[in-house]
Amino acid sequence: MKHQGQTHAVDRDDIQGLLRSGYGHHLEACFLLLRIRDREAARAWLVGAPVTSAAMVERPAGPLPETVLQLALSSEGLRALGVADDIIEGFAEEFVSGMAGDANRARRLGDVGASAPERWQWGSGQRVPHVLVLLYALPGRLDAWRRTIEQQCVAGFDTLACLQTADSLDREPFGFRDGISQPKIDWERQRPARDDTRLAYSNLSCLGEFVLGYPNEYGGYTDRPLLDAQRGAQAALPRAEDAPDKADLGRNGSYLVLRQLAQDVRGFWAFMDSAAGGDPDQRERFAAAMVGRTLQGVPLVAATKASDAAASSADLNDFTYQSDPQGLRCPLGAHIRRANPRNADLPAGTRGIVSRLIRTLGFDEEALRQDLVASTRFHRLLRRGRKYGAATLAESLTGPPGAPAGLHFICLGANLARQFEFVQDAWMTGTKFDGLTAESDPQLGTRLPAPDGTPTDGYSIPQPDGPDRRITGLPRFVTVLGGGYFFLPGIRALRYLAAAH
Amino acid sequence: MVVAPLAAGREGSLRELLDTMNSAPGMADPGNTILPFGAFERLHFARLVLLDDPTLADVEAYGLRPSKAPLCLAFMGDCDGPSRQTLAAMSQRAEAGLRSVFAHCEGFDAHGDLLTWMLAHDTPVAANYVNWVGRSVLQIKQESALQRMLSARVGRRPLASGTEARAARRSLITFVEEEKRAGRLALTPPERTPLRWRIAKLVNLIAVPLAGLIALPLLIVLLPWLIYLLRTRETSDPEICPRPQREALQTLQDLEDHEVSNQYTAIGTLKPGRFRRWLLSVLLVLVDYSCRHVFTRGYLARVQTIHFARWVFIDDKRRVVFASNYDGGHQAYMDDFINKVGWGLNLLFSNGLGWPRTRWLILGGARIEQSFKRYQRRHQIPTQVWYKAYPGLALVDLKRNQRIREGLERERMSDAQALAWLRLL
Repeated sequence: MKHQGQTHAVDRDDIQGLLRSGYGHHLEACFLLLRIRDREAARAWLVGAPVTSAAMVERPAGPLPETVLQLALSSEGLRALGVADDIIEGFAEEFVSGMAGDANRARRLGDVGASAPERWQWGSGQRVPHVLVLLYALPGRLDAWRRTIEQQCVAGFDTLACLQTADSLDREPFGFRDGISQPKIDWERQRPARDDTRLAYSNLSCLGEFVLGYPNEYGGYTDRPLLDAQRGAQAALPRAEDAPDKADLGRNGSYLVLRQLAQDVRGFWAFMDSAAGGDPDQRERFAAAMVGRTLQGVPLVAATKASDAAASSADLNDFTYQSDPQGLRCPLGAHIRRANPRNADLPAGTRGIVSRLIRTLGFDEEALRQDLVASTRFHRLLRRGRKYGAATLAESLTGPPGAPAGLHFICLGANLARQFEFVQDAWMTGTKFDGLTAESDPQLGTRLPAPDGTPTDGYSIPQPDGPDRRITGLPRFVTVLGGGYFFLPGIRALRYLAAAH
Repeated sequence: MVVAPLAAGREGSLRELLDTMNSAPGMADPGNTILPFGAFERLHFARLVLLDDPTLADVEAYGLRPSKAPLCLAFMGDCDGPSRQTLAAMSQRAEAGLRSVFAHCEGFDAHGDLLTWMLAHDTPVAANYVNWVGRSVLQIKQESALQRMLSARVGRRPLASGTEARAARRSLITFVEEEKRAGRLALTPPERTPLRWRIAKLVNLIAVPLAGLIALPLLIVLLPWLIYLLRTRETSDPEICPRPQREALQTLQDLEDHEVSNQYTAIGTLKPGRFRRWLLSVLLVLVDYSCRHVFTRGYLARVQTIHFARWVFIDDKRRVVFASNYDGGHQAYMDDFINKVGWGLNLLFSNGLGWPRTRWLILGGARIEQSFKRYQRRHQIPTQVWYKAYPGLALVDLKRNQRIREGLERERMSDAQALAWLRLL
């Protein structure tokens, strides 16, 4: 190995804790969207802001911190801070250009119609946040923590919005158990950093898929700003593993995607109810068929195996779709199947070099049928979202419309284009996922017909004994209210960005 | 592919003219007045593109001076039957429009014969890929109509037995027959491949391996030397993969994702020297051969999302143009390139100047994800006008619709086959 020794260790003191933990014990959270008003005051705060590191949240190292602060910056934020253009240009193109403001990106992400950036409450035009402050606290501590931080920020920043979150984490607003599927990150760097073909799906991801400055699934390093060594010396920026004469501004950092997704809970269940003809069991079965899990989180494809509703997330996450190629148990277009198809680099087949060659050249008809979806391991998301609002199933069907509810979707990744944007475009918005036609994601889909008029508001449930069951006329259940791309820097990189002139 | 250099000072007005053919950025209006693509029933895809190569200066890495290649306009399309026939139809039906386009080219004779001029500027294609050889535009449209009709008609309830499945199929067959008689549906039998084509294909099938066989002894003798040449070059050829200019990237993206399919046009210079030139020429012959005889049924190795693709030498074989029509977004296309056919990409494109470093011609290269992605975007050029005859349809649709029709026309089916067929609907 080329880069052994000091560079090999992962510096957990430099990594923000969010990469390591979703702060599940910190039931209270709110997200501040700030714009810089006074550059010097903003810098002064960022240089000393009490950011929680991965080392501080790792247990059993010590007691949990009562309050947590995480910091991320948008490209407009970097500009407002006065960070040099050549440094900003070293970041990913998607980050530099931002989530809103490009019609092509809007088409790919499905941010059209009611979800178009022009209609967002924040994240577009003059309402692009510069700094994202994520505050977490143990029960009962958030209000004071938020006041403390707001007081510290008042000199340098204007508050664009404060995104509140709900205190319970287990169920998302439609009522499904959420947050089960998460990649496991190879923090110990045990997987060799090399480029090879993986013949089986694994939930273990290379560190470099989520943390910049480390090898990714291709055994390579994702592009990030590398600076001349003296430029980064002041802040003691780490050196780049792949270019030891450069300071690595990206190392220990990640990109953070934030999207505010309003969920029409009432609309969702009312639609299921009418599709089920008012039968509560059938209503729940339809909803489960669209999600790919039961309300309790049991995956449909493994329903016979993990029927225990109290099963741990790890148990509920341990399956693939290999035994269900036609989608007879879990429809091909189910939300969790689109979001994480759990396939390998090569369609399954017998071992042996000849079989592998045949599949590589495309001469195996059955393998080709199983080869319509890209290899999953290059397209994983580390999800850190929190829901907002409160709605229950019973309330949503009767009584007056409830308060707004939804998800502050957050995901982390080292490569915005290959991870978040790919999943959102090819797998969620895409109408030809795994050979399907005329349907996008049953939960997230925009339902707008394609430019040629083809509808996208259907949903197919394959049947063993006849043509697919087809549900049509799905309304829009999820509307985007705001969004942005941020850089979640390593802590030394944050200090450098705050101090750099 | 018709290629012609632009006359001095005409670029601006040509760009304006090409824009008038579109209904959205880069998306041709099928009924535009210059060249109403939709009127040509045999035309699958077409594009007009200015071969404006932003990477000409890359040869400086070899200490060479960049050539002053003139800016060219390229016009290409994919059609059923001989391309000459489609060009003839176009020059008849859209003569004025085509003349107004080509009048921007050097030496275009406003009074000469349009078809003759186009054929004189037709540049041979070095390798050509067709997703499904013999599947015509007419067939695609008719089968799509059939699918929609049957999909709306089929009873979506569980079938008690295989016999019931066969009965359901039979009733759909009767339904289709009625619709055909009522003139609401047509299923034209495929045209026979002309005898001349079949003979040419057979000759090609035999001639290429024969030539290979003849060259084999020489190749074996030369092999150590060729390997030496390859490996010394592979270890020293410069990689030129800087990030593409943001404005250039934005221009490309503006043209993308208006449809379930997208276009891709790229241009680049070969690595200098005879070795690469010969190597690429031989490899393209082999690729063309395998596309003609092997990969004719819906897949190019593992990639099932490319409708048509071609490689064309220009500029006295110093440069290559690659053009393709594919399903899905650009990221997904690149993902397929890297993960499914990185080896095949390396085989050809590693002969291009600046390609990420390969090992043994197929390893590395495109698998160096970030360098590859920067490289391919930097070499991509905007396609000013792009036409697709069947918007909304992807190759997964075409293949399924084809299977529906085949199943419909089959004489006999077992219970299981009938059920599988119904499940396609």
